[in-house]
Amino acid sequence: MKSKQSKRPFIITWVVVAVIYLAVFIAEQKLPATSMLFTVLKKGATYALVAVSMNLLNGFTGIFSLGQAGFMLVGAYVYGIFTIPVELRAQVYQYYDGGLVQFTVPVVLAMIMAGLAAAFFAFLIGLPVLRLKSDYLAIATLGFAEIVRAIFQWNNLGPLTNGSNMLRLFPNFNDFNLRDADGNVTVYLSTLIPFIISGVCIFLIVLLIRSNYGRAFKAIRDDEVAAEAMGINLAHHKQLAFCISSFFAGVGGAMLAMYQTTVQAKSFTTAMTYEILLIVVIGGIGSVTGSVISSFLFVACSEWWLRFLDEKQMIGDFEVPFLRNGFRLVVFSVIIMIVVLFFRRGIMGDKELWDLGSGAKKQERRAAK
Amino acid sequence: MMKKVIALVLALMLMLPALALAEDIVKIGIYEPASGDSGAGGKQEALGVQYANVKTPTVEIGGKEYKVELVTADNGSSTDKAPSAAQKLVSENVSVVLGSYGSGVSIAGSQYFADAKIPAIGLTCTNPQVTAGNSHYFRVCFLDPFQGTVLANYASKTLGAATAYCLGELGNDYDQGLITYFKQAFEALGGTVIKEDFPTGTSDFTSYLTNAAMYGANVFFCPVSIAYSTQIISQASAQGLEIPVLGGDTLDSNVVAEAAKGTNVQVIITTFYQEGANAEFDEGFKAWLNSDAEALTNNGGNDMISAVSVMGYDGYYTALAALQAAGTTDSAAVMAALPAVEIDGVSGHIAFDETGDAIRTSAFVKTVDNATGEWLFLTEQTVE
Amino acid sequence: MWDTIFPYLLSGISVGGQYALIAIGYTMVYGILRLINFAHGDVFMVAGIMMVYIVAAGVPLWVAIPLVLILTALVGFLIERVAYKPLRSAPRMSVMISAIGVSYTLQNLVLYITGGLNKQYPTIPWISETIVLGTAKTKLVTVITPVLVIVLVVALVMLINKTKIGMAMRAVSKDFETSQLMGIKINQVISATFVIGSFLAGVGSVLYFTNYTTVIQTSGAMPGLKAFVAAVFGGIGSIPGAVIGAFIIGIMENIIKGLDVILFKSGLIDKPVGLATFSDAFTFALLIIILVVKPTGLFGESAADKV
Repeated sequence: MKSKQSKRPFIITWVVVAVIYLAVFIAEQKLPATSMLFTVLKKGATYALVAVSMNLLNGFTGIFSLGQAGFMLVGAYVYGIFTIPVELRAQVYQYYDGGLVQFTVPVVLAMIMAGLAAAFFAFLIGLPVLRLKSDYLAIATLGFAEIVRAIFQWNNLGPLTNGSNMLRLFPNFNDFNLRDADGNVTVYLSTLIPFIISGVCIFLIVLLIRSNYGRAFKAIRDDEVAAEAMGINLAHHKQLAFCISSFFAGVGGAMLAMYQTTVQAKSFTTAMTYEILLIVVIGGIGSVTGSVISSFLFVACSEWWLRFLDEKQMIGDFEVPFLRNGFRLVVFSVIIMIVVLFFRRGIMGDKELWDLGSGAKKQERRAAK
Repeated sequence: MMKKVIALVLALMLMLPALALAEDIVKIGIYEPASGDSGAGGKQEALGVQYANVKTPTVEIGGKEYKVELVTADNGSSTDKAPSAAQKLVSENVSVVLGSYGSGVSIAGSQYFADAKIPAIGLTCTNPQVTAGNSHYFRVCFLDPFQGTVLANYASKTLGAATAYCLGELGNDYDQGLITYFKQAFEALGGTVIKEDFPTGTSDFTSYLTNAAMYGANVFFCPVSIAYSTQIISQASAQGLEIPVLGGDTLDSNVVAEAAKGTNVQVIITTFYQEGANAEFDEGFKAWLNSDAEALTNNGGNDMISAVSVMGYDGYYTALAALQAAGTTDSAAVMAALPAVEIDGVSGHIAFDETGDAIRTSAFVKTVDNATGEWLFLTEQTVE
Repeated sequence: MWDTIFPYLLSGISVGGQYALIAIGYTMVYGILRLINFAHGDVFMVAGIMMVYIVAAGVPLWVAIPLVLILTALVGFLIERVAYKPLRSAPRMSVMISAIGVSYTLQNLVLYITGGLNKQYPTIPWISETIVLGTAKTKLVTVITPVLVIVLVVALVMLINKTKIGMAMRAVSKDFETSQLMGIKINQVISATFVIGSFLAGVGSVLYFTNYTTVIQTSGAMPGLKAFVAAVFGGIGSIPGAVIGAFIIGIMENIIKGLDVILFKSGLIDKPVGLATFSDAFTFALLIIILVVKPTGLFGESAADKV
């Protein structure tokens, strides 16, 4: 933050962020908790973190990794395994006599553990595969995610992972709401907390990107040979970026677990990675702001705004053609293809909120969500 | 600005149907898979609800006539799509939820209904975990410990099997649960159980079928989704599998019967209903299916009655009874009224025990007639 | 022992042959464009879906099969024209993302058309018949697949070595820019590659879905990935390599599924340990190992810029 540029854009950025957080807080107290808006905001905050962490690799370091779902899986499982209340374990691990782990750790600690576990897996897999380039690296990391999925489903690990069955009953976002003695909610925090977790993590990533390390990452992305000639240790920096990105993917996985209220290895498929990759592309490869904006847009479109395309709509007596289950996804894919083919720079290109001379327009766009 | 306008237009479009109807409306959510591995079953289950809605489109609650509006949400047969489907029903303010086909998605959506204080009535989700430890999930069907025991008894006593080969999908709570209970009961009867799993998306089952033969199994127990069971049956036929294929209630579908038609594979299943048990329902349902092209397509192209449709039908009337008992459309009141609700459904008498499960003591055992592709009644098994 | 392993080998050879037909498409496209065509597995799935609908429309099989193969080739051609050609000068990552986008689009389109339900593949007479081979029973298609694969590969190699378009393909895959300067019509060559690759995927889909008879929008994803792994395993760019890699992967995958039985029968374990869980994961482990140990694959040319 201590660059020589004018500080004004940063102040504007902080103001925008503060306004958004305040708006979220107020909206949560005033609007009914059942509104679809909060689902979108919670899932959006989760995806924003995951997308930014993927962007750190693909956009800022030039490592094309498709292992995101695998790292999220690790994070989600670590979070679930260590936070299910002891008295409920017998119910969750019903086929495995209550499971192996018989203690719980605080939520925040569990999230950090989730990140560390994912980073550890990344470290292991990074040793061999980071030597590979572009598409080979992509396919190797994708394969890695598939392997992780199989390992977590293996029955013999059941006492730890509950086999292929789901983990559940761990603390979720709704448990952050403050309640009075009767269990009635007094202050709603279930949307604000994911915003804070995600916000802090993204802030850390931004700090990293703007540090010396971040500049080294970008140098590697732009030209590996030149970067190496400048004295940047390629292997070391790539490994570092890979582990850090995976750390945040792991935290994101833990958040996803909280959002979904259940975790199952089965759902962390390649399709999930592709979805996140497409979010990054739509937002602009190499823009943190872009990834955040497109996460919210993506989630809002797929969960909320485009839902009506999946149902029959009548305008008077006229039934709108084509509308039935699945049409939403068709429209959605077409939009994505148009972005990929004709607007390759995405929403933000490689610009950030604080790069924009007059931040007013973006401010409005962000607030509109 | 543009997005605001779009959002506004969309919101208006969504409100149009509501504006057109000025009468009182009570909403019932259908939480079913319409796509994915269990899509076929989910659609058939929803058909039962829709037919019941056509037959009884209104209900009198607290002295006032309400029109029942069905709100559907597709949970895509997958636990990661379940949250947003459940949330959709919650945001539509439904009074009660029906579903889902598949225990995993029911469990995955459960927390969302609990948080919104909306009761849910499971129609054919048989895993005990669905209703255990909560006060909002009820169900009208029997449970897997019961079904597993019935199947194990049938395999051991009637078929005289000593070794059973069990095959389930990884990460499918229904498969894994039923196999576990089957295993317990079968081993208690002195049998040997070999259990294997396949990853989601598998279509090549030839090696699993070979495994069963190699282990010298006498029955092949695969209580898997319809999508996988049809594959297993057709590959079993090609490989000349000589042992019977056993399945749970998921296999009770005309799609499965169709796959077994013209083969030598013996398919035996347990289920909730046998066509012919209630002639009035059968006739009415078939007539409705044949009058509605879309319904007929959703039923797999013919008018054979699946037990899941019957459960959907009974679930709808259970929901109406609960609404009447509550005297209001408020979901929390409906939840409070549900434990005391009793109805005489097509599938039998429905009353809930203290966990919220229907008290059921019998299951139907059926097999496919390989020549005609129709289900044949074998026996009605009760628990002793 | 042989009796125990034989049925798994048989399943493996059959599915391996089907992977091989898909793998050729991957390897040819990669050889020329240096692009992992993620949508290739979905082209294979689309071929299956088209067959379902064309036969359901009442078209007799002897017309439907060639028609499906032609349409599949057309789909491949169109994908290249619409989604890859405009990105010819873009970074490789953009093209790959476009491929992922195409894959996503095809799957969603099929989801919409089928309503997300499994479709029953039509039964093709003769090749669906059951035959007895030693201790195992199987469909005739199991035996036909490897034979057909060899015939098609020989024809393809002849095409590449003896014809003008084949020579152009070889030139383009050696050096994209120089061959352009030498007057080779690059776009025609690329289109031809996609047409051939998709056509073979179409043949593969007929064989595959005759064995495993239902088609759903995700049917192509796993076979596609495995075929790609096969292509890498055999050395990407090499057609015989892709075919051999596919057979190895198909066989290994089925051996893994039966490994519990094999170990059990030979007395190494006293109860099954659930190794079948890893039948898919194993393929990817193999991929990572081969990439790390011998990145050019079994038969790949050792060009420095490839990895």
